[in-house]
Amino acid sequence: MAVSSIYVNGIGAVSPAGWGVAPFRDALAKKQALPDQDLARPGFAQPLRYRHVPEPQPRPAFLATPRLRRTSPISQYATAAALEAIGSDCERVKAGELRLGIVFTVMSGCVNYSRRFYDETLCDPSTASPLVFPETVFNAPSSHIASLLGTKAINYTIVGDPGTFLQGLALAADWITNDRVDTCLVIGADEMDWLGTDAYRIFQPKIVLSDGAGAVYLGKKESPVRMDAVTNSHLFLQTQNRHCAALKMSLELPTTASDALLCDSTQNLIKLDAAENAAWQNWQGSRLSVKNVMGEGLMAAAAWQCVAAVDALQTGQFSQTNVSVVGCNQQAIGARFSSIVK
Amino acid sequence: MLFPSVKQSAIPRVVITGAGIITALGLGWKQNVEGFRVGQTAFRPVTPFDVSRQRVKTAAEIDVPAELPRTFLKRKAEKRLERAGKMLLHAAHEAWEQSGWKASDNIPVVLGTTSGGMSLGEDFYRHALQSPTSDFQQASRVTYYQSQRQAMELCNAFGFSGPLMLIANACASGTNSIGHAYDLIRTGQADRVLTGGFDAISHLVFSGFDSLQALSPTRCRPFDAHRDGLALGEGAAVLTLETLEEAQRRGATILAEIVGYGACTDSHHLTQPHPQGDAALGSMNAATECAGLQPRQIGYINAHGTGTPLNDAAEAGAINRWAGEQAKNIPVSSTKASIGHTLGAAGSIEVVICLMALRENFLPPTATLETPDPLCQFPIVQKPTAASFEYALTNSFGFGGANATLILRRWL
Repeated sequence: MAVSSIYVNGIGAVSPAGWGVAPFRDALAKKQALPDQDLARPGFAQPLRYRHVPEPQPRPAFLATPRLRRTSPISQYATAAALEAIGSDCERVKAGELRLGIVFTVMSGCVNYSRRFYDETLCDPSTASPLVFPETVFNAPSSHIASLLGTKAINYTIVGDPGTFLQGLALAADWITNDRVDTCLVIGADEMDWLGTDAYRIFQPKIVLSDGAGAVYLGKKESPVRMDAVTNSHLFLQTQNRHCAALKMSLELPTTASDALLCDSTQNLIKLDAAENAAWQNWQGSRLSVKNVMGEGLMAAAAWQCVAAVDALQTGQFSQTNVSVVGCNQQAIGARFSSIVK
Repeated sequence: MLFPSVKQSAIPRVVITGAGIITALGLGWKQNVEGFRVGQTAFRPVTPFDVSRQRVKTAAEIDVPAELPRTFLKRKAEKRLERAGKMLLHAAHEAWEQSGWKASDNIPVVLGTTSGGMSLGEDFYRHALQSPTSDFQQASRVTYYQSQRQAMELCNAFGFSGPLMLIANACASGTNSIGHAYDLIRTGQADRVLTGGFDAISHLVFSGFDSLQALSPTRCRPFDAHRDGLALGEGAAVLTLETLEEAQRRGATILAEIVGYGACTDSHHLTQPHPQGDAALGSMNAATECAGLQPRQIGYINAHGTGTPLNDAAEAGAINRWAGEQAKNIPVSSTKASIGHTLGAAGSIEVVICLMALRENFLPPTATLETPDPLCQFPIVQKPTAASFEYALTNSFGFGGANATLILRRWL
């Protein structure tokens, strides 16, 4: 059956602002960078800085389930965002009434457990923990979510730079359109530790990393927000630099509404933001830079951008939102959502 | 636009016009055919890292050729590639040359991997600890550690612009990637796609499987009654897929047709399959339904067949249930007995092995099998066997419950 429109049936977020879309929304409304925390880095006198997800209050019940109680933060963030996004459809999936697909997108993955397991390997491989290793696999979070929700439908984990989240939205829409699934969760998540934070310091000493997750739940059921478009993925190649890729992406998202919002991926880092700022220099509408508040959350940040874009439509602030992601090292890609409230 | 995409009115047929492979049996189609045809095995002591304190010390390791194929890739970028990236480039070059494709825009790339350039990530970590005040070469390590960098170098090497998708569904990644490429063409989102999988052995992953006691301390013997684990391998395989119409318009040599793809998620356990192979059965059923085939029409199954007690029992159960009475007529083998489990590359490599079997008229054996497990109600190919058949099916199952199946049709 051909499906003409894809709707956003739910959103979820875990961010340095807290667990849920509500604290995320509140933090964005204040337009002030969330406070940094210290992150000890072995061999450094001064700690690194990052914005970390606070402890959940209260602790979510799913963290007591056998599959999730020992998981790395990335699985916990991803699951919380997914459950918030799917809402009451969770029960319909468990009852077998909905074929739920999952697209989990990630850049750095489970760095905490990977570092820990490799460290154990270097110290003494005979004592390296068999409980830790499976959690280092990229698709562990999506496996936990599928298990918790009881879905057997198609489930992809996609690795790449933050633009990959938007590729995930297009993939989900395609699965729904082609009747492979009824609905699909698209989740973007990353977690930080000193190793990942140190890696980005080398490229951008002023960058502030953060962690968390965001989720967008897509389906055929009509809802106030429709996903209108995901642009092509414009790669950063020998023959195409960031500026060129970003410009091509922006040209695929011409504004049609006077009250449009651009959710971009800039973060007050002149060199890193240059290509995206140039691409959108003629943008006339409002602009929201999620990373200025939350920090560079990698895949989570791209997901937050989409969550913010959808939330701005749901709360009636705008009638159309563009999302622009000019990624770390792979691609420039954009998306558009619109309100269908008459 | 990735969404909404332009849809075609008719579903196109998808054919393979190029195939490249590198395994521990060698570089390229010819060396691998020769190896599989005689049931060669390729295990030896691991050399890229210290295994002296590991329980198991062997794997199917590749001598990666020092010379890279000539491409558009800059020398500086070539130098930065590590083992996995080099293997990928070798396999892609063979497929690209065979296909006769030329540099152009809009060739999507869909690749599967579990850990990409993990060895560079390991180098980064050790350097960060040992020399914390020195960033020497750290930027290069962290860049080329990432799978998307290795994949993007393929675009640079052959002169095309993507888009690029990297599927990391553990050991099913290589099958899911080809399946997704197949979907892109069938749904009209692309006329052609470069696809495959790649993975190199790394200390972290080797130690991980060792910690799980999943590695065989003796010899990897898939579907053997006395099997005691898997053996790791490494490699890459790349395919060029296109519509039948486009291949015929170009006058390309068609190697085979992909006729079915199925995927299913097993939520039983993070690392263990459902004991009766429910998701494996679901994925095989989905693939045969997609292909419009009955199990009796399948002439050969290249099984996931890792050699672990749990995987092979679940897969045998799934094949038994899927084929029913017909199981006794469908030859099955696991070529992991020859080249080890190449993880994210495995599915793609095994598709190329199915291509070899279809085109070269033989059944590759489970080279190390001694005593077939009585659970298997199907014949396990124990010796290289001449055979001509129309359809081959290949299974891949991964951690996290990723299950995927592809079906290929012989092209006459």
